[in-house]
Amino acid sequence: MKLVIGIVRPEKANDVLEALYRAEVRGVSLSRVQGHGGELERVETYRGTTVKMGLAEKARFEIAVSDEFVQPTVDALCEGARTGEVGDGKIFVVPLEQAVRIRTGETDTSAVTPVVK
Amino acid sequence: MSLPIAAAAQVDTGDTAWMLVATALVLLMTPALGLFYAGLVRSKNTLNTFMMCIAAIAIATVTWAAVGYSLAFDGTGDLIGGLDYAFLQGVDFTPRDGTTIPHLVFFAFQATFCIITVALISGAVVERMRFSAFLVFAALWSVLVYAVLAHWGFGGGWLMEGGTLDFAGGIAVEMASGFSALAAALVVRARKDYGRQALLPHNAIYVVLGAGLLWFGWFGFNGGSGFSTGDASVLAFTNTLLTPACALITWFALDLIRGRKVTAIGAATAIIVGCVLITPAGGFISPGWAMALGFLGALPCYAVIVWRPRTRVDETLDVLAAHGIAGFTGILAIGLVAQITWNGVADGIFYGNAAQLWDQALAAIATPAYAFGMTFVLLKLIGLVMPLRASEHDEAVGMDVVQHGEEAYVTGEGAILVIPDGPGEKDKEVPVANPV
Repeated sequence: MKLVIGIVRPEKANDVLEALYRAEVRGVSLSRVQGHGGELERVETYRGTTVKMGLAEKARFEIAVSDEFVQPTVDALCEGARTGEVGDGKIFVVPLEQAVRIRTGETDTSAVTPVVK
Repeated sequence: MSLPIAAAAQVDTGDTAWMLVATALVLLMTPALGLFYAGLVRSKNTLNTFMMCIAAIAIATVTWAAVGYSLAFDGTGDLIGGLDYAFLQGVDFTPRDGTTIPHLVFFAFQATFCIITVALISGAVVERMRFSAFLVFAALWSVLVYAVLAHWGFGGGWLMEGGTLDFAGGIAVEMASGFSALAAALVVRARKDYGRQALLPHNAIYVVLGAGLLWFGWFGFNGGSGFSTGDASVLAFTNTLLTPACALITWFALDLIRGRKVTAIGAATAIIVGCVLITPAGGFISPGWAMALGFLGALPCYAVIVWRPRTRVDETLDVLAAHGIAGFTGILAIGLVAQITWNGVADGIFYGNAAQLWDQALAAIATPAYAFGMTFVLLKLIGLVMPLRASEHDEAVGMDVVQHGEEAYVTGEGAILVIPDGPGEKDKEVPVANPV
């Protein structure tokens, strides 16, 4: 059981969601974050004030998956988020100690397995 | 517009006072439209969308003063006016022929119409058209399409002389923008994610607020189109209250039937549709018929709004439905229900004058054909000289950052001040993300 964290371009978030859906990964959290990963800064001007925007908007996916879903999830994130330019983002896979589905009290692997209708 | 007002050599102060106010009201409609459109696009395109409306004010004012006004309002040539008023020669404090207001006020009032019409078309191409290409398009369109159709409809061209009635711009403003928008959407083509992903409005409050301000400004648009404080202006003013209210009720009912909920963005759209419906007919039909026009005229517009997103045509903000179809309906409505007892000019077919319906139908055929054809060719030609649309990469990043170097909702976190004259900063190249 792992937590896959993918930090991607916000304009690619929909492509990632599509790729995840195709990989049959259903449980996803998405948040808007700001970050910097080595890409060149954008320059913006507001009246007389010119600034380099050091932080870029990013979309942060958090996906808890059972072990056999780790690779498909990572692949989907890569496929959906890649443009080939600096700033495409990062994926972190971290071990997950425990997961609980609040509604049923199921734990661990069954808690991260989507409900089959 | 075409009401024959007894030629007066005198400027009337009351009429002039109202027309000065009406001109300002109509100018307000363009930023209001900017707000309406900006709310309907995604947040990364907010400023670009608004800026197209601001650009229309800049560009159309200049082209209108240079040649547009003269081509529209100088003389009674069938197809196009003359150049005697080019660069505002002879446009001064004396009354404009057929009105009791100074020629300068008449010019300014008509300028605000040209501005809003150019701004309206931007709704078809938002989120992807390059800003510079839009500026070129706006300049050429305001002369080649707007000025020509304004001449046909209000300036003494063949439609007006032939007896077609158009009170406040069903021809030059509403049908012209609606059918040009369709052509523009076809030439510029769809946004890259159109039909594949949901591309949703980012701020519904902007949309309803923009619609409210548009309605407010529309009292000057329709109420000023009699160029006086006379009966026709009063009738058009009041009809501008009645028709949109009735269109709203129809829209509520259709929303309820279709989705079991009344939507706010639907209501904002209904306000626009109602205002457009009464634009051509405002000073010609009775208040009762104006209400009927609102109730019934909203139906075809609603149908087109529901149908259009199912097609491949990304006419993004539905200018065709809200302006083209509503303007078309309003122009035909004059031919049906105009009443000489209310307007002093002509009856429609319901009151025994079938010829009027034919005159109206002529405008409803010729205007869309000219607007669509000319806009299509014009954009194709501009497309040969410069790219019309942003690259896929730029479209993904958003037009605000790419085209304007600004964001609508900037947080400022992580922003580093660039001081051009600071020590060591002067000669340092600022690194810029390189768009692909």
